Amino acid sequence: MKKTYKIDVDCANCANKMEEAARKTEGVKSATVNFMTLKMIVEFLENHDPQTVMQQVRKNCKRVESDCEVYL
Amino acid sequence: MNKRQKRMLARILLAAALLLALSFTSITGWMRFVLYLVPYLVIGYDILLKAFKGIKNRQVFDENFLMAVATVGAIALALYEQSGDYTEAIAVMLFYQVGEWFQSYAVGKSRRNISDLMDIRPDYANLERDGQLERLDPDEVEIGSVIVVQPGEKVPIDGVVLEGSSSLNTSALTGESLPRDVGEGDEIISGCINMTGLLKIKTTKEFGESTVSKILDLVENASSRKSKSEDFISKFARVYTPAVCYAALALAILPPLVRMLGLGLPADWGTWVYRALTFLVISCPCALVISIPLSFFAGIGGASKAGVLVKGSNYLETLSQTKIVVFDKTGTLTQGVFEVNGIHHSEMENSKLVEYAALAESASSHPISRSLQRAYGREIDRSRVTDIQEISGNGVIAKVDGVSVAVGNGKLMDRLEIPYIPCHSVGTIIHMAIDGKYAGHIVISDIVKPHAKQAIQALKESGIHKTVMLTGDAKRVADQVAETLGLDQVYSELLPAGKVEKVEELLQSRSEKEKLAFVGDGINDAPVLSRADIGIAMGAMGSDAAIEAADVVLMDDDPLKIAKAIKISRKCLRIVYQNIVFAIGVKLLCLALGAFGIANMWLAIFADVGVMILAVLNAIRALFVKNL
Repeated sequence: MKKTYKIDVDCANCANKMEEAARKTEGVKSATVNFMTLKMIVEFLENHDPQTVMQQVRKNCKRVESDCEVYL
Repeated sequence: MNKRQKRMLARILLAAALLLALSFTSITGWMRFVLYLVPYLVIGYDILLKAFKGIKNRQVFDENFLMAVATVGAIALALYEQSGDYTEAIAVMLFYQVGEWFQSYAVGKSRRNISDLMDIRPDYANLERDGQLERLDPDEVEIGSVIVVQPGEKVPIDGVVLEGSSSLNTSALTGESLPRDVGEGDEIISGCINMTGLLKIKTTKEFGESTVSKILDLVENASSRKSKSEDFISKFARVYTPAVCYAALALAILPPLVRMLGLGLPADWGTWVYRALTFLVISCPCALVISIPLSFFAGIGGASKAGVLVKGSNYLETLSQTKIVVFDKTGTLTQGVFEVNGIHHSEMENSKLVEYAALAESASSHPISRSLQRAYGREIDRSRVTDIQEISGNGVIAKVDGVSVAVGNGKLMDRLEIPYIPCHSVGTIIHMAIDGKYAGHIVISDIVKPHAKQAIQALKESGIHKTVMLTGDAKRVADQVAETLGLDQVYSELLPAGKVEKVEELLQSRSEKEKLAFVGDGINDAPVLSRADIGIAMGAMGSDAAIEAADVVLMDDDPLKIAKAIKISRKCLRIVYQNIVFAIGVKLLCLALGAFGIANMWLAIFADVGVMILAVLNAIRALFVKNL
């Protein structure tokens, strides 16, 4: 399953770091952050609940870039 | 400017003013340090905070950390050497923030620019209910509702015109400035602007399925498919920053040790630490990381302005490397509007023969069957047709009024073992057999598109090695078209599967770097479109299948747009490479100068911020595609 989330981040390199962090989160099959449109597209692995996975994605993103937001 | 940018600008101005004021004072000692600390904290407190958080989260090598270490280091050095020169550290922080501010402003600006370009999203639909007009969110309009579009309004949802006639401005969709006329019974696509008359439209799709929504969705998500250059840059950034940090550490420690132990000279720690700090300032990869996606974003935006939708940055990249262009004939190089030009050897009345042909072909959406239906000119009563059997690449066999009718090319007649009379006219020959007996043939011919020849010419001028045409049509027709247009190769009488095979052959015979583009009208070319390196669908206004299967969608029928699309992609990629070479080049140069002590921190920060600003401005150039 693929879902798109709105994000807020100020620099392009930070967006790359968020992408990296999201990819490493458990339950995420693939993740792309589009800095220009401020969107995060996440594809989830089967039998993972997107809601809980996204909580973790948001936490991991905050860890690599304190000044970012993922709107769930 | 948003709130954050305004606040940042205020901080930048305040810090600059304080710094300027302090430069006129002559206070020395600790008081001087405390006073200079004020502008430093005004401009840099958030960076210091972020750097601290980064260390806490074990994300050490980010640009905040670099700036923090470089500036704190410079201040510490000034204290240690008692030079009292704190200006440098503050200026570095100040210019870094100016750079960040500019970047954020430029990105915001181009985001808005591009969404303005694609300003085709309709805000409302006028629904007619009991003679009253009601303004609704287009999302709430159901299929089959009647909506009213007044002059000056956008058509919100795809549909069919029930009443009225008008001219439509399609330039936002196609880049075409000539208006298109519509009247009763015509299909109409959302996103066009109604210019002259009032139109009543019966909707045939929901808003979410309408052309305008699909296009917006496609363009907005296009830059999410990343190109190789973007991947390269994000990998580079991940390696580059830590590498420079370790190099800085080595620069701070090794030379003094060598001087002290090896050469017996004084260690001169101050100089080397300063050089190391200069390294840190140069190590921010911002210019690269921002300018590459920005270039692609602008390139995709510029292309959509010209009526070329590119589905991803990666496709823009492939398009720029295209060396072989393979065309489908019908609907791509030719109008695909066939006309019945002659009826020969008919055993019955001509109109009767056309009637049989139109009825037998009534289930097919092939352009030929549509032209037969047009020639028949009356409503088709499908209940008269039974047992329709379509034989791909051959034709159709069906029962019309209980009589067996075979409509197709010579191969179909061979298959049914019916002797037929070959035709000498150029065009598509439709042989007919009724009740197992040959009944004559219908000649249908197609017209070459007005810009087709120019388009091939333009492609050759822009460095395309090879142009190939594939068609299911007869050899004679195909050869004639190919010769008029000046194509290099032509393969005719191909079945749909044969087209895929030919494309595979072409793919194998070329080198890896020459990309192959296939251009089709998207109706029956889906397998070939997806097999080619890059699939280009033409005249896709309203064709869902094309938008799905192709990588690049040309919104109008004009084959000249193919060359334009390639030129746009090349311009965009040229800018990308310029930025990569320029940014990496300047950084490496500054690193070298810094290591030998020629470049000081001032030069370093100007190189950093200056390169970024130039790269961003260069990237925005990709948006301008008008004169290509």
